[in-house]
Amino acid sequence: MSGLGLYLAQRISAMVMIPLVLTHLGVMIYAVRGGLDTAEILSRTQGSLFWGSLYGLFVITASIHAAIGLRVIAYEWLKLSGLGLNVFAVLVGLGLLALGGQAVYTVVLA
Amino acid sequence: MSQLPVIKRDDVVNMRIWRGDASGGSFVDYKIPMSETQTVLDAVTWVQRNVEPGLSYRFACRVGMCGSCAMMVNGRPRWTCRTHVSKVIKNHQIKLEPLRNLPVIKDLVCDLSDFFAKWLKANGRFVPTETRERPVKKISPLSKQRQAANTAIECINCAICYAACDAVEQNPNYLGPAALNRAWTLMNDVRDGGKPERLRAVTGDGGCQCCHSQHGCASHCPNELNPARSIAGLKQAAVTAIFKGEV
Repeated sequence: MSGLGLYLAQRISAMVMIPLVLTHLGVMIYAVRGGLDTAEILSRTQGSLFWGSLYGLFVITASIHAAIGLRVIAYEWLKLSGLGLNVFAVLVGLGLLALGGQAVYTVVLA
Repeated sequence: MSQLPVIKRDDVVNMRIWRGDASGGSFVDYKIPMSETQTVLDAVTWVQRNVEPGLSYRFACRVGMCGSCAMMVNGRPRWTCRTHVSKVIKNHQIKLEPLRNLPVIKDLVCDLSDFFAKWLKANGRFVPTETRERPVKKISPLSKQRQAANTAIECINCAICYAACDAVEQNPNYLGPAALNRAWTLMNDVRDGGKPERLRAVTGDGGCQCCHSQHGCASHCPNELNPARSIAGLKQAAVTAIFKGEV
């Protein structure tokens, strides 16, 4: 069911996410321990190409990774297959992309 | 090391044996006398010879060479000829079932057709590159490839790993640990000429990418092989081949 292309995409997206997850955790700990409030965080992220790119990439890779992973689970446990399976995976991926994209847009551009 | 339960010669054990066929079945209890060195296969044979002549099961060598006596013993796949009753008995009871992930024919006998068909689907056949007129190729036993082939070559196709694999259970198309282990052996055989086709076969539908690396195969293999490592080798070879444009 899962082709080699999907296998590779999931591994590459995982590799890309490793530094992103560590960076995200570091930033979270820094923000909480430093006592930054919402306004202070937004003042740093608004219009920032760096934070926009970092979290934009995070959302894209997480959407790809999670959609492929859930596709395998849906195939093995829910017995979805064929077109239904692929539609399910694409919808999951697009859903996560939309949710994450909206969050990045709000924090960086809005 | 944990203490094994002391079995006295007069002890009786309850053998819960699955009886039935492809349409269904249930467990039947048989009380059998025990002895210190009795194997599970001995116990099944005792039941067939003394209580239930119609009981179906497979065995051949009785010494861990052929693998045909593999069954589920208390929920785990084992060679019954190499499993002492004293090692697996729990509350004076042993539960026996046909191997998991394979269709049942009758009682403890399952149909291995799919298992062997997948072996061929994974291009498990050696593809010769020499003729008998040519001299035998010299291969150093110390070469990296030969050593990789040697570590995986002792598989006797008993289907224990196949029965232990959760990925096979969830995905009937998955080729399984034994077939992929065989493919990896041939991928490391410098005399073999079928590598590109084999790599395509093991990366297609149900290929090596379906393995979840749970290592059920490695933890149950009676020959102490590690099919999961072989499958990891195939995955690595496949990814390398993608970047080289070979797959």
